[in-house]
This record gives sequence, C-alpha cells and structure tokens, in this order.
Amino acid sequence: MSLRQVPIDQVIERALNGDRRAIGRLLSLVERGGDDAETIETATHVRARDSHVIGITGAPGAGKSTMVARLVAAFSAADRRPAVVAVDPSSPLTGGAILGDRVRMAEVDTTAFIRSVATRGHSGGLALSVPGSARVLAAAGFDPVIIETVGVGQVEVDVTAAADTTVVVVTPGMGDAVQANKAGLLEVADIFVVNKADLPGASDARRDLELMLELSHVTGQEDADHRPPIIMVNSLEGDGIDAVRTAIAEHRDHLVTTDRLQERRRKRARYEMRVRAELAFGAHLQRRLGEPEFAATVDSVAQGDDTPAAAARKLWQPYA
Amino acid sequence: MPPASSRIVLAKLGLDGHDRGIKVVARMLRDAGMEVIYLGLRQTTDSIVAAVEQEDADAIGLSMHNAGHLTLGPAMLAALDEAGLDVPVIIGGIVPDDDRPILDDAGVAAVLGPGASAEEVVTTVRAAIDFASAGGDETA
Ligand SMILES: Nc1nc2c(ncn2[C@@H]2O[C@H](COP(=O)(O)OP(=O)(O)OP(=O)(O)O)[C@@H](O)[C@H]2O)c(=O)[nH]1
Ligand SMILES: [Mg+2]
Repeated sequence: MSLRQVPIDQVIERALNGDRRAIGRLLSLVERGGDDAETIETATHVRARDSHVIGITGAPGAGKSTMVARLVAAFSAADRRPAVVAVDPSSPLTGGAILGDRVRMAEVDTTAFIRSVATRGHSGGLALSVPGSARVLAAAGFDPVIIETVGVGQVEVDVTAAADTTVVVVTPGMGDAVQANKAGLLEVADIFVVNKADLPGASDARRDLELMLELSHVTGQEDADHRPPIIMVNSLEGDGIDAVRTAIAEHRDHLVTTDRLQERRRKRARYEMRVRAELAFGAHLQRRLGEPEFAATVDSVAQGDDTPAAAARKLWQPYA
Repeated sequence: MPPASSRIVLAKLGLDGHDRGIKVVARMLRDAGMEVIYLGLRQTTDSIVAAVEQEDADAIGLSMHNAGHLTLGPAMLAALDEAGLDVPVIIGGIVPDDDRPILDDAGVAAVLGPGASAEEVVTTVRAAIDFASAGGDETA
C-alpha cells in the first residue's frame, strides 16, 4: 500500500523508527510545506538536536558531490550514520529540474540516505524546507546530516551557513577563491577545501585563500578563536578526506567546548524565524494590497502623484 | 502552496554504457516541469529501489539496450514488489512487438521506443503516474 494513504501520525512513527520509505515520504511533505510540514516539525524538532549538521557549498562543478560521497563513506566506516540533502537548481522557466548529485554518490547510495532537492524557484520555500528536511533525517537517527548546495545565490549560501559546520569547496584555477569571496562564501566558511588538488594551480588557490583569510582576520570575523583550516583534497582518489572528516570533528568540538554551538543554533533559530515570518507577512501584505482600502493609494502611485516609498510606508507602518 | 512536481527516477539498468538517449529523455521531462532524479549508468535493481524510497519518486524510467528488457524489466518489478513499492515503471529502448506482452504481464506500465517524441514521452509518463496514483484502477 502506498504511504500516501497512511495517516501522517503513522508515517511519522515509522520514520522515527528508521523506515526509509516513511522518511522519504516525510521529506516530500516537508518540502510541500503547510499543515503537514508543521506537524512533522513538531514531531522532529527536539529529537533532531544531537545530530551534527554540515553544510557543503562551492561553485557548480567544484566536486562537492564527489567529495560528499567520500565523506559519507568515511563517516560510515567510523560507525556514524550519515545522510545527505543535495540541492540543485530548478529551471526558472519550467519549474522542472535534473537532480544529478546521486550519480557521484553511487557507491554509498544504498547505505546512506540521500535526498535530492530542487530549489523550486521559491527561495523562501527552500530556506524552510532544507532545515526541515535535515531535522527529519536527524530525528530518524542520521548523524551527521550533510547539506550540499551550489554556492551561488543568497538563499543557497544562507541555507548552508545555517549548518553547525560549513565547508566551502574551491578548485584550482579560474580565480575560484576570488569568486568565493565575492559570493560571500569566505565569511561563512569554518573549513576550506581546495578540491581537485591533483590539478595544476592547487597551491595558488591555497595561497589566494590564505591571503583573503589574512585580510578578513584583520577586519575581524565572527568566530575569532577559530581560524578555518585549508585542506587539500583529491576527491577522485580520496586523498585528504580523512583530514576533512577530522577538521569537521574538531570544529564540532570547538563549538561545544566554547559554547558556540548554542550561538550557532541561535543564529539558525533567528534565520528560520525570520524566513517564516517574512513569508507569512509577505502573504499578508499581498492580501492587504488587494483590499479596497488601498485602491486609491495604488492608483496615486501608478499615476505618479505619490511615491512608492511613501505609499509602502502606509502599508507597513501599522506593524512597525 | 505550489503544486508538488512529479518526481521520476531515471536510470540505466544493466551494463551497457550509452547514456545519450536517457539524457535526452531527462531534459524532455525537466522541460515538462518534472523533477528528474538522474542516477546514470550501470544501476542495479537494489540501487534503484533505494533511490525510489529515499527520493519518494512517483515513477521510474529505465533505459535498456541489448535486449536486457526481458530479464531486467521483470527483475525490476519483482524487486519493487519485494520492497513493497508500487511505483509505475516505464521502459525506454528497443523492444520488439513480440516482447511487449511479457513486459505487460510483468507489470511494466509503458514502453517507449527510441524515436518517441518529447510529447509522447511526457504524456506517457504523466499517464502512468496518474494511473498509479488513482490506485491503478482502470475505472478510477
Ligand atoms: N581532477 C579531479 N576531478 C574531480 C575531483 N572531484 C570531482 N571531480 C570531477 O569534477 C566533476 C564535477 O564533480 P561533482 O562532484 O559533480 O561536482 P559538484 O560540485 O557536486 O557539481 P554540481 O552539484 O553540479 O555543482 C566530475 O567530473 C568529477 O569527476 C578531484 O578531486 N579531482
Ligand atoms: Mg553536486
């Protein structure tokens, strides 16, 4: 029988007991949002707190999925139960997507739990659903939960930055480190990986990163007692993967011993609360704008008599 | 709430190494607004079952050549059955007319030949998903 006909409480119970089909179903409901997603959140939030959430981000094609597959194997070998949420962009034109990250994870795709997620165009949705999905996986006993996103686009970066530990992947050549800097990835990195270290220019990429870190150190970054390590990795061969796993574990220890884990999670809490409130408030304002009360104001802006800023103030001021 | 997109797992079952056709089909389905979970070459029935569970897929598209369909098609259906999954399976590839009844009997939802147009591919996949979600009941 399809789980689609099973009451949600039962699906949740099965998922929390590790039933993979039920977990898969819950993830779909979380992505869809609405009442079911909230029911699932209620059932999973507290149970999820002990899992380590790791964000992996970097430019398209940097080798994130290949590296994640290696990391998953390394965590499994260390008796952990890793899960992966791999985010790929939807086509803005058709809403469809080709989610190809599993191709690189073929060796671990029956042991770990891997979920492919499309951005589905509505960025607010992604910002809610990815943390929600991570919670489902964590509550079902997976640890760590690894989130892969492409490091372009604010939401993708935000989603990864909401992890406990964020790994930024750059590659040799093409000024990748400089691009990462522009994309705002440098500020969010707890660990840097220079992947494809087998290719020429790897040491240049490392030097670029060191230089930029030096500069940001001067301007003061968020966590002054943690200097992000730079790890050289060849994900095709697996070189450097153990060093990445160790760095991730050390960062986690650092977070716990310095009480920064709670700080991180407060940051994540603020982020999720803000996104939720923005979505709800945005929908509310949209409704208000359609009400007769605002028709005259809308007309006056359209005719050039009133400015958009002044008119907008009439809309939001009552809440400020 | 936006309507959920259909999600289809696309894979090449068996050993042959051509992925041109399946990549074209992946794009056709994406362009029709579906989410394609692309597994690529050399998949096994186990890896496909795992993907369908983890991805909560609505359908499976299998590309096969070298006459693998007669053994691999039914093997796939049996593996799904054993896992308790009733997800429609659509097979793409060269399937001689004589072999169709065997695949039908095994429970394959549809067969698409190599020359199928985008419209044919999309319509067939949609129909298979709709039919399955109506409980597989012809009169539903
Ligand atoms: N030479 C070399 N190639 C690598 C390495 N890691 C990955 N690749 C190759 O880089 C290409 C992209 O790898 P993926 O793992 O798909 O990269 P990704 O960052 O996940 O890509 P998107 O998810 O599409 O952004 C593939 O052809 C990999 O085989 C590496 O360490 N060295
Ligand atoms: Mg990837």
